[in-house]
Amino acid sequence: MMNLFNFFSRPRTAPVARERLQLLLAHERALSGKSDLAAILQEEILAVIAKHIAIDREKVNVKLERDGTISTLEIDIEMPEAVLVRN
Amino acid sequence: MAKVLVVTSGKGGVGKTTSSAALGAALAQTGQNVVVVDFDVGLRNLDLIMGAERRVVFDLVNVVQGDAKLAQALIRDKRVETLSLLPASQTRDKDALTPEGVERVIDELRAKFDWIVCDSPAGIERGATLAMRHADMAVVVTNPEVSSVRDSDRIIGLLDSKTAKAEAGEKVEKHLLLTRYDAMRAARGEMLKVEDVLEILAIPLLGIIPDSEEVLRASNVGCPVTLHNPISAPARAYADAARRLMGEIIEVVTPIERKGLMSRLFGRKVA
Repeated sequence: MMNLFNFFSRPRTAPVARERLQLLLAHERALSGKSDLAAILQEEILAVIAKHIAIDREKVNVKLERDGTISTLEIDIEMPEAVLVRN
Repeated sequence: MAKVLVVTSGKGGVGKTTSSAALGAALAQTGQNVVVVDFDVGLRNLDLIMGAERRVVFDLVNVVQGDAKLAQALIRDKRVETLSLLPASQTRDKDALTPEGVERVIDELRAKFDWIVCDSPAGIERGATLAMRHADMAVVVTNPEVSSVRDSDRIIGLLDSKTAKAEAGEKVEKHLLLTRYDAMRAARGEMLKVEDVLEILAIPLLGIIPDSEEVLRASNVGCPVTLHNPISAPARAYADAARRLMGEIIEVVTPIERKGLMSRLFGRKVA
């Protein structure tokens, strides 16, 4: 009787597989071709900033995070106090 | 006009070699001149699945590098007169194939055969891209399982960008072959359904091959499943798929592997 009960209450895992795939592939397709979006953004953003202030490339950190339907782009630029004081 | 067909998947172990042999044999049985080419250099297996492992003298790498003539490397099947095999090398590595050499061999094969079935290695590296390079059509072999579907999606992307056709602004005709399908498990919600995979990958369905003991039996004896047991469910599914490749319109039905009550209860063959 217990076995029969288990049989009918077995969780349906296929819908989970389907949903995970749809989410993942939407992201992967968007990124294909632009092989490394984070690297491209980093280069272009740096170029814009470099027009105005001298920056140390080692002190720049770009992070692209994907989470569900929302992605966040985080740009971290460490600048010495001196460059902010314009003369 | 010869057709170059690549059988590909990205993921390993989904049934590329089984499908290449079964489709190749089924096409040849209709009277078409067919060659199946093993591109898995270093890990050749198509010869074994087709039962020709003891007849290999020269291989694809020998022909590409000019050490042997194409006619010397081709192995004629003993069961179907119009079926031939061009084996891969077992000892060399995948870098032994050059794009120019492969192009020359494919051109030579086009002059001799109606169908050139290219059995791709797994992965997305050189071997896989060379196997799809000159394809007119592609059979994307997919299991109803998340990692296989994801890899198939990558391969579809490569077919649309890295092939000679794609670079010339044309399209490689893509077909989905769903293998190892268990209709009972899909109905119970334990396995991705045909419609799920079709909706995600969005390419037309060529056929559904049921998960079947017949496939292992056929490979045990080195015979394409379409020749070994033509009335079995996987053989009929492959034969229909081959006819669809030739342009026939045949409705795709979900095959149900008939299992006895005992085998269903105990999960293996009894008696």
